[in-house]
Amino acid sequence: MSLRYWCIAFIFFSAFTRAELTIEITQGIASAIPIAVVPMQWQGKPLPESVDEIIRSDLERSGHFGILAPDDMLSHPASEEELYFRDWRLLKQDYLVISSIKSIAKGQYQVRYQLFDVFNERELLAQTLSANTNQLRDIGHRISDAIYEQLTGIRGAFSTKIAYVTTNRTRTQFNLAIADSDGAREKVVMSSKYSIFSPSWSPDGKRLAYVLLEDSGSKVYVQDIATGKKQLVSAHKGINSAPAFSPDGNKLALVLSKDGNPEIYVVDLNTRHWLRVTNHYAIDTEPNWMPDGDHLLFTSGRSGNPQIYRVSLVSGFIERITFDGNYNARARLAQDGRFLVMVHQSAKGEPFHIASMDLSRGLLQILTSDTFLDESPSVSPNGVMVMYAAKYNKRSILAAVSVDGDVRFLVPSKSGDVREPAWGPYID
Amino acid sequence: MKKMTINKLFAVSVLALAITGCASDGGVTEDAAMVDESQTQEVAASPEMDMVNTEEAQVSNPLLDQTTIYFGYDRAEILPEFKDVLNAHAEFLVENPQSNIIFEGHCDERGTIEYNLALGERRANTVKSYLIVQGVNPSQLESVSFGEERPASFGSDEMTWSKNRRAEIRYSSAMVQNQIGDNQ
Repeated sequence: MSLRYWCIAFIFFSAFTRAELTIEITQGIASAIPIAVVPMQWQGKPLPESVDEIIRSDLERSGHFGILAPDDMLSHPASEEELYFRDWRLLKQDYLVISSIKSIAKGQYQVRYQLFDVFNERELLAQTLSANTNQLRDIGHRISDAIYEQLTGIRGAFSTKIAYVTTNRTRTQFNLAIADSDGAREKVVMSSKYSIFSPSWSPDGKRLAYVLLEDSGSKVYVQDIATGKKQLVSAHKGINSAPAFSPDGNKLALVLSKDGNPEIYVVDLNTRHWLRVTNHYAIDTEPNWMPDGDHLLFTSGRSGNPQIYRVSLVSGFIERITFDGNYNARARLAQDGRFLVMVHQSAKGEPFHIASMDLSRGLLQILTSDTFLDESPSVSPNGVMVMYAAKYNKRSILAAVSVDGDVRFLVPSKSGDVREPAWGPYID
Repeated sequence: MKKMTINKLFAVSVLALAITGCASDGGVTEDAAMVDESQTQEVAASPEMDMVNTEEAQVSNPLLDQTTIYFGYDRAEILPEFKDVLNAHAEFLVENPQSNIIFEGHCDERGTIEYNLALGERRANTVKSYLIVQGVNPSQLESVSFGEERPASFGSDEMTWSKNRRAEIRYSSAMVQNQIGDNQ
């Protein structure tokens, strides 16, 4: 059983949706929890989505679970009455999910599921949820979230969205897109012949800030996702880039070089008041907010090579954070500020990888090794997974690794290159 | 004001030596409407730019055909082999005050997109500063960075990367951005 979860290329492909991205799991943890998610009982014409398949894929992608294939199941119970725990102990499953779905009106469904502890023969979770046809995928992810949180204690992030940029090989067409965390239901929100990069989600998940690299130079835009309406925020002389929404959503940190060289600024989106944060002849870029809204992490070349620094917006005090390696850039926080992830090069000429750093202990750990030219790490809102872009087989793909480095999967696009992932927030 | 600007330019140039390293190779997007037939380098063009017919002047100085300056990995300083080329362009601009140049800074793909955007600007500015030191009026010069986003060549090897670490010289008769004075 454990062999199944090591270095397996498991292709998950959503047959019913026009998914650009597919998932390949390359590594799970050795102590993966064995769980069986029984096919959902349903009578009628085939549904457009397989909710139980979504749950199995979500849990497998987390790397923490070993998923029993439906064909290996001895029975397919849908209710407690049909359930024999002996069957599942024989199959060495620790947990079991049974479920059923029924139509309650045209295009309206009711889903009931139960999660059982096999060894103790005890029900842990039971829920009844309703959904329309378009929400079947969402129901699957919600159930995955509930199971994941019940069994790991960590809030699930399966219902979240990711934003990313796709481009053709010759870099003449760029699309800013949003998809589900599993790559399904991709929606293009901005298309351009100009390069789009550095997408940043507002904390309420309703807006995206990004850079558009027009012929006259880089400009920062904020776009309302629902309406598609975009607003030019910064088009000063020189560079306008690296936008980052503040935790309260009212401000944008960004980089301007209008005053001589790239510096960090903060603009209040409501008052349009500008605050200059850095004042140094070296390159200062890639600001990222800390949860208190009073500090920014940023990348600076002031010590000779790019390293991560932290600045207080209140006092202006600047502190260097990274000392390990030749190049550390594009820091992103994980787990409420306990961890940093970043692009890291240990020495000149070495590959660029994603590294994480425990801020309290100052220890840096390199997380990736299968891919190279790794960049733009983005952390899931539960602080567990890092999605990033990498070169793999001459293409740019998205890949993900857990913050402790144990779980890995690839998200290759079927065509073209994918870059600049930005993991969306929890939307309450 | 001018003197202070030049000193500041020197400072920027010197400091630019300490940091640089744009990486990435990419394919050319469009051919520039440069009128030199003997042009050896490919230049990414902006379709909105008006191109100046500099053919007559360039017949007299073939160095003007060269419009791409290359850089070492992680560097922004001008390599000695390009000084003659830059001097030629400087001379042309001094003699043709109605001509303007936009310097485009580029990087190879290594490193982050944002840091490379900044490095590309550093390269473009280094070349611009050099021309100002040669006596060109700053109002004739403009710079823009495309970071690693508009590579001249695609690939992930040293040869490709070296072709992308560059500054492109593009002539135009109209400036892209409204620029009152030069505070670079």
